[in-house]
Amino acid sequence: MEMTVAQAIVRFLEEEGVKIVFGYPGGAVITFYDALYNSSIKHVLVRHEQGAAHAADGYARASGKLGVCIATSGPGATNLVTGLATAFMDSSPVLAITGQVRTSALGKDSFQEADTTGITMPITKHNYLVKNPEEVLRVFKEAIFIATTGRKGPVLIDIPADIFAAKINYQYPKDVNLPGFKPTFEPHPLQIKKAVNLIKESKRPVIFAGGGIIASEASEELIKFAEKINAPVVTSLMGKGAIPEDHPLYCGFIGMHGAAYANFTINKSDLIIAIGVRFSDRSTGKIDTFAPEAKIIHIDIDPAEIGENTTPDVPIVGDAKITLQRLYNEVDPKENPEWWKQINEWKEKYPLRYRRKENVIQPQYVIEKIYEITKGEAIIVTEVGQNQMWAAQYYKVKKPRQFITSGGLGTMGFGLPAAIGAKLARPNDIVIDIAGDGSIQMNIQELATAVTEKLPIKIFILNNSCLGMVRQWQELFYNKRYACTLFDFHPDFVKLAEAYSAYGRRVEKVEEVESAIEWALEKNDAPVIIDFMVEREENVFPMVPAGGSIDKMMID
Amino acid sequence: MKHTLSILVENKPGVLARVAGLFSRRGYNIESLAVNTTESPNISRITLVVDGDEKVLEQITKQLYKLIVVLKVNDYTDTPVVERELALIRVNSDSNTRRAIIDLVEIFRASIVDVSEKDLVIEVTGDSEKIDAFIKNLEPYGIKEMVRTGKIVMARGMRLNNK
Ligand SMILES: Cc1ncc(C[n+]2csc(CCOP(=O)(O)OP(=O)(O)O)c2C)c(N)n1
Repeated sequence: MEMTVAQAIVRFLEEEGVKIVFGYPGGAVITFYDALYNSSIKHVLVRHEQGAAHAADGYARASGKLGVCIATSGPGATNLVTGLATAFMDSSPVLAITGQVRTSALGKDSFQEADTTGITMPITKHNYLVKNPEEVLRVFKEAIFIATTGRKGPVLIDIPADIFAAKINYQYPKDVNLPGFKPTFEPHPLQIKKAVNLIKESKRPVIFAGGGIIASEASEELIKFAEKINAPVVTSLMGKGAIPEDHPLYCGFIGMHGAAYANFTINKSDLIIAIGVRFSDRSTGKIDTFAPEAKIIHIDIDPAEIGENTTPDVPIVGDAKITLQRLYNEVDPKENPEWWKQINEWKEKYPLRYRRKENVIQPQYVIEKIYEITKGEAIIVTEVGQNQMWAAQYYKVKKPRQFITSGGLGTMGFGLPAAIGAKLARPNDIVIDIAGDGSIQMNIQELATAVTEKLPIKIFILNNSCLGMVRQWQELFYNKRYACTLFDFHPDFVKLAEAYSAYGRRVEKVEEVESAIEWALEKNDAPVIIDFMVEREENVFPMVPAGGSIDKMMID
Repeated sequence: MKHTLSILVENKPGVLARVAGLFSRRGYNIESLAVNTTESPNISRITLVVDGDEKVLEQITKQLYKLIVVLKVNDYTDTPVVERELALIRVNSDSNTRRAIIDLVEIFRASIVDVSEKDLVIEVTGDSEKIDAFIKNLEPYGIKEMVRTGKIVMARGMRLNNK
């Protein structure tokens, strides 16, 4: 059947099962928007393209499915950049469709022209500039395959305006032929044997689980395996949710603001079984002093992750789920009683805690209350900074895809749009954006999107009137010289919510914290902002100073 | 340690930018680079020389394989290869020095490709050492201009089948 390329793309996306896309129109994509007009695909109009990218990313992280975003050429495409970089760092499957100037105008500094594929090359898994209408559907098929296969990631397709309008015969491309892209899923049996031997010999094993567990839906396999060898499980920030946090084997998340017992557990272990983690500097601290006695088994679908930051004793390239099944079948059960005695001592001696103060709202307390009231069932999305770390420390998640945060890039402004994506992916779940007063203002305009879509997401601002995390560093390492981190002015967030036709409430008293959270949870027809006025100089502890050893923490 | 990598890539626009971008982004310096098509029109070969220890090389190789357009990466460093580079050299020359330069050209099996009153343009091919040596011998006459291609290599004997 003959149709325009734009129509063919829409039809293809429908056939691929895409239900929802996030975007913002413009001249170069107007033909595509016209084709979307009659489609079964829901288009969510964001208020800034960065919001579209984060929303697609949040949708992908919450659902495990592809997230799709659309922007016009030039400024539309460049506005996607931060969102794509965020998705890239956290391996989130996002497809970005951008308009480009007409092929005849390409490369002439034409109106709204930007070298989108050039700009996004280092922050996408792959990208395309389509110059031939006949190749569009093949490119889309490949792009979705690349984004969602192996180590997932964002893929961008840049399409000139005249290509969108060109006519082609629609034919669903069935096969993908990518000779340069063949991820290894099945682990090498010999490496599995070696790993099994190390596990057998180890006295103090620890499993270090990362975002890869969540991406490959390997949570069940992880738990079974951990139970069989009775090993403690620590996670990276991205691995939060890989194992329920009330599981007896769970031992916290490690790193700069990880629990002290989690950091001790990994650092004193004699064997790290790392799965779907990349040993990022925020997790390991100074790499030279990281887990000095430990042998390392490193399992990852991306061979380049293995050996990038550490030298493993047993590298295993493979899918986390399949590899865990193989390991489970081969290992003998273990007990490790001495090791657990030690870990339990650490847990008792150095629990996650904060000093309670009277008559001030402490951010940790707010998170604890959110946790209690939502019974650990809510999807927690975060902004970046102290709010993110407190959310990670005090909200104990139960399931994968329940804690959504910008781990790799640390993008302020991620939370609100990502929460919109998450809520659209999982409309029956409570979705909460834990925000800082700085971060929330980076994409506050997306409140309009949430209102339009009638999304009752809860935005809980931990308002410390400052860029808390940076202020904390200044306090501790720059002699309290608070250069440009204290806010003298904020908009009235309650009125701002109301101006957007959302609900707003300010909480200044500790006694009101619970009732305010309950009030927010009752609202079902529009987003809610609660502005929790928390103490300005509260700090996140434990803390490993940047570049320090992770077992040398400032406890408080 | 210098490594010679031979990278087979899809012959598509932007491929070189992807490969070169990867090197610069990760802080690896490319010392020499040569690109052209192969016997198959859909495939190009990038030959490049990069400095680094085994760990760096392993990481570079893995990162290269992450690029969808990269089909095959061979490290030719420890493989017997035929290795060639080409240089064009414009060297000062008058009637007094011409004979001596021609002798040098013969010794090195180079060839003179242009002649003027004041200079000669010489073409020389060979491995890098040979070209270095040739240049050294010409230097006393005064080299006015020089261009060198990147190095290209091909395995000797049977085809490579490592990795
Ligand atoms: C886009 C962006 N700009 C700057 C930073 C650097 N940064 C990291 S944390 C932080 C402070 C965040 O302040 P706020 O959102 O109020 O959260 P708090 O730390 O107070 O909870 C800043 C500025 C960043 N992560 N992202």
